[in-house]
Amino acid sequence: MKVTGAKALVRSLEEEGVEIIFGIPGGVLLPVYDVLFESKMRKVLTRHEQGAAHAADGYARVTGKVGVCMATSGPGATNLVTGIANAYMDSVPLVAITGQVATNLIGTDAFQEADTTGITMPIVKHNYLVKDPADIPDVVQEAFYIARTGRPGPVLIDLPVDVARGELEYHRREHPQLPGYKPTYKGHKKQVRMAARSILEAHSPILYVGGGVITSGATAELKKLAVDNGIHVTHTLMGKGAFPESHRLSLGMLGMHGTRCANYAMCETDLIIAVGARFDDRITGKLSEFAPKAKVIHIDIDPAEISKNVRAHIPIVGDARQVLKDLNAAIAEVRAEIKAADRSAWNAAIEEWKEKYPLAYERGNGLKPQYVVERIHALTKGDAVICTEVGQNQMWAAQYYPVQKPRRFISSGGLGTMGYGLPAAIGAQLGSPGDLVFDIAGDGSVQMTIQELATAVLEGAPVKVAILNNGYLGMVRQWQQLFYNGKYSCTCLDRERTPDFVALAEAYGAKGIRVKDPDLVDQAIQEAMESPCPVLIDFWVDPEENVYPMVAPGAPLYDMIGDLLYPVEKVHPEKAEEPFL
Amino acid sequence: MKHTLSVLVENKPGVLARVAELFARRGFNIDSLAVGTTEKPDISRMTIVVDVAEHSLEQVRKQLHKLVNVIEISDLDPETSVARELVLAKIKVNPENRSEVIEIVDIFRGNIVDVSRESIVVEVTGNAQKLRAFEELVKPYGIRELVRTGKVALPRGK
Ligand SMILES: Cc1ncc(C[n+]2csc(CCOP(=O)(O)OP(=O)(O)O)c2C)c(N)n1
Ligand SMILES: [Mg+2]
Repeated sequence: MKVTGAKALVRSLEEEGVEIIFGIPGGVLLPVYDVLFESKMRKVLTRHEQGAAHAADGYARVTGKVGVCMATSGPGATNLVTGIANAYMDSVPLVAITGQVATNLIGTDAFQEADTTGITMPIVKHNYLVKDPADIPDVVQEAFYIARTGRPGPVLIDLPVDVARGELEYHRREHPQLPGYKPTYKGHKKQVRMAARSILEAHSPILYVGGGVITSGATAELKKLAVDNGIHVTHTLMGKGAFPESHRLSLGMLGMHGTRCANYAMCETDLIIAVGARFDDRITGKLSEFAPKAKVIHIDIDPAEISKNVRAHIPIVGDARQVLKDLNAAIAEVRAEIKAADRSAWNAAIEEWKEKYPLAYERGNGLKPQYVVERIHALTKGDAVICTEVGQNQMWAAQYYPVQKPRRFISSGGLGTMGYGLPAAIGAQLGSPGDLVFDIAGDGSVQMTIQELATAVLEGAPVKVAILNNGYLGMVRQWQQLFYNGKYSCTCLDRERTPDFVALAEAYGAKGIRVKDPDLVDQAIQEAMESPCPVLIDFWVDPEENVYPMVAPGAPLYDMIGDLLYPVEKVHPEKAEEPFL
Repeated sequence: MKHTLSVLVENKPGVLARVAELFARRGFNIDSLAVGTTEKPDISRMTIVVDVAEHSLEQVRKQLHKLVNVIEISDLDPETSVARELVLAKIKVNPENRSEVIEIVDIFRGNIVDVSRESIVVEVTGNAQKLRAFEELVKPYGIRELVRTGKVALPRGK
């Protein structure tokens, strides 16, 4: 029996187990939305396509499933672009479906025509322009397969309206046929053995872990590796939750706004075991001075990440979980042959750094953003799903909300997309209805997608938006203060005049609370947590608070500036104290 | 340093655009690129000459491999592969020097594919060195137009 292309698309999505589609219809998507009307898949109408893409992305990060978003041709598709790029940079499995003008009009600058596959080519793992209805089942199957396997990422399907209206005999292949796509999951045995040996021989090893650990579900294997061998762990922003931050072996985040301890450890380590992390410039600081004494084991599923920025001495291509499992087994074997090196000096040095340089901020006078995050952490017992916007709010969330489990900290890492947090929180909430979901927001970022409050209200997604309202594009202001002589060019948002976030929240049908007094912080958070609706809390925090410590862009990791204990003074571990090895 | 990559790709729409876009985005320089079908109708072979340092070559290969439509990549070693390029050149001639030009074409085992009163179009194949030598020799007569295919190559033996 023949079905329409639109029917085939919807049926294929159902066969992939899709539960929820975020999107906005339009002319060329009418046939698809017409069929979706009857489908049991949940349709979430966002208020902007960027919101749809971020919501699908947040849903994917929390659930580990493929997120799905949809947009019409032309402007609908271009509105998705930021969200697709965001998912690409953070390796999030996403399938984006866009309508396209009829095949006979493609290339004629028809109404609402945009070259969607062309525009998205550099920001997708793969994309398709479907020209024949008969291809739909296979394309959808391939798209989901590509999106979720290997290093996950977004895949786009561009569907011309006549193809959606056309007919086909529905037939779905058993398996996708992709001769050029074969991710490697199992690490090379010899390399794994070599890594095991290096780990035992190292005097000052460190585990540097990223989002790949979370994606591959390798947290148990990572914990075993760290604990069995007493190796300290530092994580990237994407790696938050890969290893419990309350664990004595955790050094917290590294990089530009990482802990001094983590960064000093990177400067001194003799062996970096990198797992599912990609040596981004926010992590390495000045590349030529990065980890000068270290040998590098790099475990990643994407061979192109290995030796891209930092040369790996022992590259291991494979799935983090599989490789760590094998590595743990190999270490057990090698341990019988060689004795593990003495690491007492290293462990002592780390303990000293940890003790000497905790994250700290100046308490007292006024409402501090860090305090707000600390209270959210305390009152949610560290068990909320935390989404963030971008800027200072994001870094404070990362610094002051320690996370113990994977898929609980959702943030735009690679692209740094302002406006990500609120829609991602909605997606996360719908993907995990039983969880308490907070968006730790900035007053600038949240205004980029604030209209999604309507989505949250109507879809019954009781997300809590905690705006750390400093009245500035704070992170940019901080850079202007530190590196551009304090000239605040176009960074003041003038919170005294606009917007009234509480009124705005109420206008959308959400609850709004304003807090200016530190003594009222707990009460507001409590109220938000107890409310069954979306709640926005407008915390008026100290406008010129900065995120510290900080490695200035282009500076080496040991060169951390300005925090409470060591204001704007250069501290190199070797110069500052006794060398420990 | 120049490297010749032989890349087998699925013969799907957009695959050339994907490869070209990748090179542009990652800042890799393409010297030449030739595409054509292979013995299998659903597979094409691209011969890409890139000018990159050893370290970047590794990146080029790995990034190319990430394209879903790319099936296989080999870095052809000049010692163990054969490479050819074809040039079509329209050379200015007159009754006096025509036979002289034809003689040069013969030496290079080229063919004359078109003749008119003022010019001839010749075809010469060979490696880059040979084609350069040919161009040098006919240049004094006046090259009206010239086009090269870019290199195609295959590994020797087996
Ligand atoms: C879409 C987008 N535009 C611009 C930037 C550059 N940028 C980075 S942080 C930042 C300021 C963010 O302000 P706000 O949301 O108030 O956060 P704060 O730093 O004040 O906490 C800006 C403009 C960006 N990351 N994303
Ligand atoms: Mg701000």
